[in-house]
Amino acid sequence: MGARPGAQPLDPRRGRLPPSSLLKGVGVLVALFMMCVSARAEPDLSQFASTSFSQIQQGVGSLAASGDPRAGDILAALQAGRLLVGTDKQIYIKTDTGTVSAATGQPTEAPGARPLRVNNNVRVAVDTALGIVRLLSTDPAQRAAAAEAVFHSRDTSAIAVLDKAIAQETVPGIKRTMQEARAASLLGTDGSSDADRLASIAILSNRGDMESRSFMSSIPNPSPPVAAAAGKAIDSIDLWQKVWTVVQGAFYGVSLGSVLLLAAAGLAITFGVMGVINMAHGEMVMLGAYTTFVVQEAIRNYAPGLFGASLFIAVPMAFLVSGVVGVAIERCLIRFLYGRPLETLLATWGLSLVLQQAVRSIFGADNRNVGSPAWMSGAEQVGGVLITNNRLAIIIFAVLVLAALMAVLRYTSLGLRMRAVTQNRRMAAAMGIRTPWVDAMTFGLGSGIAGMAGVALSQIDNVSPNLGQGYIIDSFMVVVFGGVGNLWGTALGALVLGVVNKFLEPIAGAVLGKIVVLVLLIAFIQRRPRGMFPLKGRAVEA
Amino acid sequence: MKASALTVFLVMGISVLMVVLNLGTAASSPVHVSTFMVSLAGKYLSYAILALSVDLVWGFVGILTLGHAAFFALGGYAMGMYLMRQIGARGVYANPILPDFMVFLNYKELPWFWYGFNWFGFAMLMAVVVPAILAAVFGYLAFRSRVTGVYLSIITQALTYALLLAFFRNDMGFGGNNGLTDFKELLGFSLSAETTRCGLLVVTAIALSLLYLLARAVTRSRFGKVMIAVRDAESRTRFIGYRPEQYKLVVWVLSAVMAAIGGALYVPQVGIINPGEFAPANSIEAVIWVAVGGRGTLAGPILGAVLVNFGKTILTGALPEVWLFALGALFIVVTLFLPRGLLGLMPVREKGDPPLPADPPTPAESAAKEAVS
Repeated sequence: MGARPGAQPLDPRRGRLPPSSLLKGVGVLVALFMMCVSARAEPDLSQFASTSFSQIQQGVGSLAASGDPRAGDILAALQAGRLLVGTDKQIYIKTDTGTVSAATGQPTEAPGARPLRVNNNVRVAVDTALGIVRLLSTDPAQRAAAAEAVFHSRDTSAIAVLDKAIAQETVPGIKRTMQEARAASLLGTDGSSDADRLASIAILSNRGDMESRSFMSSIPNPSPPVAAAAGKAIDSIDLWQKVWTVVQGAFYGVSLGSVLLLAAAGLAITFGVMGVINMAHGEMVMLGAYTTFVVQEAIRNYAPGLFGASLFIAVPMAFLVSGVVGVAIERCLIRFLYGRPLETLLATWGLSLVLQQAVRSIFGADNRNVGSPAWMSGAEQVGGVLITNNRLAIIIFAVLVLAALMAVLRYTSLGLRMRAVTQNRRMAAAMGIRTPWVDAMTFGLGSGIAGMAGVALSQIDNVSPNLGQGYIIDSFMVVVFGGVGNLWGTALGALVLGVVNKFLEPIAGAVLGKIVVLVLLIAFIQRRPRGMFPLKGRAVEA
Repeated sequence: MKASALTVFLVMGISVLMVVLNLGTAASSPVHVSTFMVSLAGKYLSYAILALSVDLVWGFVGILTLGHAAFFALGGYAMGMYLMRQIGARGVYANPILPDFMVFLNYKELPWFWYGFNWFGFAMLMAVVVPAILAAVFGYLAFRSRVTGVYLSIITQALTYALLLAFFRNDMGFGGNNGLTDFKELLGFSLSAETTRCGLLVVTAIALSLLYLLARAVTRSRFGKVMIAVRDAESRTRFIGYRPEQYKLVVWVLSAVMAAIGGALYVPQVGIINPGEFAPANSIEAVIWVAVGGRGTLAGPILGAVLVNFGKTILTGALPEVWLFALGALFIVVTLFLPRGLLGLMPVREKGDPPLPADPPTPAESAAKEAVS
C-alpha cells in the first residue's frame, strides 16, 4: 500500500480512501525519493555566487525545495545579511567568532568575502523559503508555526516540501496542520485535479475556521462536483461558526457570572444569612483590591522574584484586611442596628462614603496600577473559542471560593454556630452559643470574602476608590434574584445574570442589555419577591 | 403661632427677604445678597421639595425609597426639553428646530417624543405626567406583589440605575452624558437676568409652601390615618379590611409628582440637567436630608435639605476632601444617635399631627437587648 497516512483525506463519513489518493501517493513517494537522493550531496550553492538577483532568487527556491538540512541556516544567514561570497565564488556564513563554510558548516577562512547583495524579490523569496524549510526543522514549535504560515499564505511551491514533512512528522497536531496547509495550497492551485480538490475540501471542512471557508469560496475554476462539495462544506462551517459563537458567548457569560458571584458571595453571607444590608460591601471589595496593590508594591520593592506569586499572597492578606475591617464595622456600628434594616442601610451607606474618601485621601483618586503575573496573561484557542487565561483563572477562583465558603458553613464549628443562629437566634443563645461573637465572625467572614473578590477584580477592573460602587447594585441583584440565604441560589443567580447579560449584549448593545436585565429583574422580583429559591419555613417570617 | 404657619412663614419670608436684598440694595451694600446666593437658595428649596416627597412615602407609609431622584430628574428633563426648544436658532449650530446636540449627533429631524415641548403648558404637563405614569406602573407592580422593606428599596435603586444607564446613551435622544444645557430663556424671561432668578426663587418658595400644605392636609386627613396604620402595622391594616397597596400606590404617585415638580423648578436655576441626576447616590442623599431634619415631620425634610446642602456648599468649596467624610459621618450619627432628626429634639407638634414612627431603641438599649437574646 503506497498511500501514506498524510495523503488520506480525513473523511469520517466514508472511512475509506478515494481511489485517486493511491495514485497520488505513489507519485509523491517517487518525488520524495528523489529529494532524499539529492539531499545526500552537499547543497548546490553555485547560483548564490551569481551577481544576478534572479539567479540568487532561483537558488533560494531550489535550496528550499532540496530539503537540505543546511538550508535553514543558510537562508537565515541570508535573511540576516550574514551570508558572504568569497573571491573564490564560495559561500560563507559570518558567525560571531569567524566564518564557516555555508555548504558544510565547518569553520574556514574566507579571504576577501563580501556580503551577498539582495533586493526585495530575493527577500520575499527568502521569507517564503524559510517558511518551507522550517517545515523540516527539528524544533516542533517551529514546524507548527511554519505549517500555520504556509496555510495562511497558500504557497503552491511548498506542496512538495509539505509532502516530505508530512511523511516525517510524528506529532499528530502538527501533522494535521501540515495536511491542512497542503490542502489549502492545492485548492488554490488552478491546475489541481478534482480528486485532490475534493480531498482538500474534506480536510479544510474539518478545520472549519473562517479562513478555510474563504479558501473554499475562492477555488479557481471549480468543476460542478467540487463546487457542490465546497458549498456543502461552507454550510457546515457556517453552522459550526454559529455554534462556536454561542459557546464563546456562554464562556463570556460564565466569566461575567463568576465575577458577579465573587462580588455577591460575601453579600450572600451578610445579607442572606444575617439579614444585614451592608451598603459598604462594595468598599470591602475595594479594600481587597487596594490590598493587592499594596502587596504588589511591597513585592516590587523588596522581593521582585516573588511577583508571579503576588496574587497568592494577596488573597489571604485581602481576606484578613477586609475581614478585620468587617468585624470592626459589626462591633462598632451594625450591632446597634439589628432588626432595623432600613437604618442599617443608611448607616452603612454613610460608612461606604467614609471608606471611599479615606482610600482616596491615602492612595489618591487616580486608578492604581495592579499588574498581572505572567501566568494570567495569554489565551488558549479551544475549538473555535478563545479562552483568556485571566478569565479562566477568575472562574476557577470563584468556584474555589464558593466551595470553601460552603465547606466553612457545613463542616466547621463556626459554620454550625452560624447556621444555628440564623435558624433560631434565641434558641441558639439558650444552648450556650455566644450570638454576638457569631454575628461578628459571620460579618467578618462575609467581608473577608468580599476582600478576596477584590483581588480577582483588581485583575480585570480599574483599581480606584469607586471600584466597589460599580458592583454593589449588581451584587444585591444577584443575591435577591437567587433567593436570600441560599448560596446555591446565589451561584445560580450570578451565572444566569452573567449569561443573560452577555447574550443580550450583541442583540441590544452593552448598555441597553444591562438595562433590559435590570428591568427583567425588577419584574422578576415582583413575580417572586423572595427569589428563585426562597427559604421555606419559619425563618421566612423572622 | 402654629408650627405649620411658622414653616410657611419662614420659607416665604426668607425667600422674599433675599429677593428684596438682591434687587433693592446696591452690590456694595453690606446687606446685599448676590444673585448667586439667590439661585443657590432656589436650588436648596427645589431639593427641599424632593425631601418632602421622600418623607411622604418614608415617614408616613414606611417605604424607604432609594430612587426618588429618578422622578426629580424626569421632571427636570421635561423642563430641560422645553428650555432647549426655546433656544431655537440661537444655538451654536443655529438650527431653528433641532437642539445643538442633535445637530452634532446627525439627527435629521426631531424625535417624536420631543414634539410639543416648545409649549410651556405641554412641557409642564409632561413633567408631572411622565413621572406619575412611571411611578404608577412601578408602584402597582411592586405593591400588588407585596414587595416590601429592603427589597423594595433595592428595586427602587435598580430603577433609577437603569434610567441612569439609559439616559447616558446618546441614542436615547436626551443629549447623552452632556445632558441638556445652554438654556437661554424661560417664558420669554432671560435666565441670566437677576429678576428672573429672583422670580424663580419666589416661585419655588410658593410651590414648596403649597406642596407642604398639601402634604399636611393629606397626612392629617382620614386617608392619612390609614397611611400611618399601613406604616406601623401593614398586616393588621389589611386584616381590618383596608387595601394597603392602594393607599401606598396613591401616596407613591403623589410623591413622585411632587419630586418631579421639584426637578422642574431645579433645572432653570442650575442651568443644566444631565444623567448624573439619576445616580443612586443622589436618591440616598435625599433620604439623609429627611433623616437629619426628622422623618415623619413635614417641616423636618425642608430644614434637613437646606441645612445639609448648605453644609455641602460650604465644605466642598473650602475643604473638598472633607465633604464625603462629613456626609458619611452624618449618615452614621443620625441613624445611631438622632433617629428622630433635628425636629425630633424639639416639641413643635400641633394637635392633630400624625404620630411619629415608632422610636427605635437607642444603642444602649439594643446592646442590652442583644446581650439578653
